[in-house]
Amino acid sequence: MAANETKTQQTLSPREQAIRQLKVKGYLDQDGKPMGRRQFMVSLALAWATFAAALGGLVTILSAFIIPRVDFTRIESFKVGAPGNFPSKTVNEDFKSSGKFWIVNDGQKIFALSVVCTHLGCTPNWMSNESKFKCPCHGSGFTMQGKNFEGPAPTWLRRYEVSLADDGQIVVNKGRLFFEEKGEFEDPRSYIAV
Amino acid sequence: MLGKLKNSVMDSQVKKSIFRVGIPNTDRKRVLIVLGNVFLHLHPTKVRTSGVKLRYTWCAGGLSFFLFLVLTLTGVLLMFYYRPTVEGAYVDMLDIRSQVPFGIMRELHRWSAHAMVIMVMIHMFRVFMTGSYKPPREFNWVIGVILLVLTFLLSFTGYLLPWDQLAIWAITVGSNMAKAHPFVGAAGPFADFLQIGGVPLVHPGDDARFMLIGAKELGGTTLLRFYVLHCVAIPLGAAVLMAIHFWRIRKDGGISGPL
Repeated sequence: MAANETKTQQTLSPREQAIRQLKVKGYLDQDGKPMGRRQFMVSLALAWATFAAALGGLVTILSAFIIPRVDFTRIESFKVGAPGNFPSKTVNEDFKSSGKFWIVNDGQKIFALSVVCTHLGCTPNWMSNESKFKCPCHGSGFTMQGKNFEGPAPTWLRRYEVSLADDGQIVVNKGRLFFEEKGEFEDPRSYIAV
Repeated sequence: MLGKLKNSVMDSQVKKSIFRVGIPNTDRKRVLIVLGNVFLHLHPTKVRTSGVKLRYTWCAGGLSFFLFLVLTLTGVLLMFYYRPTVEGAYVDMLDIRSQVPFGIMRELHRWSAHAMVIMVMIHMFRVFMTGSYKPPREFNWVIGVILLVLTFLLSFTGYLLPWDQLAIWAITVGSNMAKAHPFVGAAGPFADFLQIGGVPLVHPGDDARFMLIGAKELGGTTLLRFYVLHCVAIPLGAAVLMAIHFWRIRKDGGISGPL
């Protein structure tokens, strides 16, 4: 038996032996031909599909990972005092740095005006002599009501929600913004009537 | 129509400026592609059959590098949330696990770190058992040993970052070892001899331990130092040495094979 096998081995040329080896390992089919065209295309498609799935999974995981489930941005509300503390035609700057808003009484309404310039986000200054807000970055000017009347700012300054607390004080809720261009300044939550 | 599109893509200047060699349909072009690519050129253009034989190499070096890549990717992601401060570190570590989608990134980083230490040692064992450290590869063995030390140091510095009890006491022990080193540690042998006119040169305020932890006691300075070492200094050093390590394989005659 063993002698027979040795004999067959010897009668095969080195090339034939190599082909036989490759057949045993499955690299060549029984006819001595390499992988067929169809099988090759299927393997190639499978390989690319696997690669695409892995890449898609990675992108999905990455985009999910960079957005946490918790947002630590603090939503604050401020008690700023009774409406009587804000005389007609004045801008109160007490909360400009701590709350990032002005309390404005324009004679008809009291509202909380955001200090963020609607151009590129700098903080304008209240020029009481000229009765306007002037942004030092690019020169946008706003009226006491927050209307953009000069410079590059495209819209009015935003306003925060205001309400009256049980003790009669004005509460500014920074969690809600009101936009002039959306017609929200008519919303009663955006002002307190004088 | 399709042929026209194919031709306009294949002949475009954009394509030709990126891929200098055309379709790799000859051995020469295949070699040129490997030589002309900044990443692939570290690799030999030709690999012996034994070089891809898993039973010979165990692919231990390749797996070590793969784990390094996994650790780099997950590590960079963790840096988006982790603050190396006494107040922030532990809380951030917990928050990454519970408040971030795919917070398993943190576990992946830790598991891969353990796996890399094991894999690097397996790689070293394989290289030793196959005699692959012998000339002309002796210098690459030396680089490999330095890389092993850097892997341990990465593991050591990363261990402190969760800032839990395990971390703090492990680094307390580890940094106290630095204190006991001859000449450079204040409590080590020969430190007493290093003095000028009765003023000690090596004391607790300037010895190896102090340099490692940035203070006389473990604290915020230690955390910051270990963070910078872990995220920037050691990975950079390891990356440079890895480039040399892979390039030397080619220069030293390819992956060693059975004689």
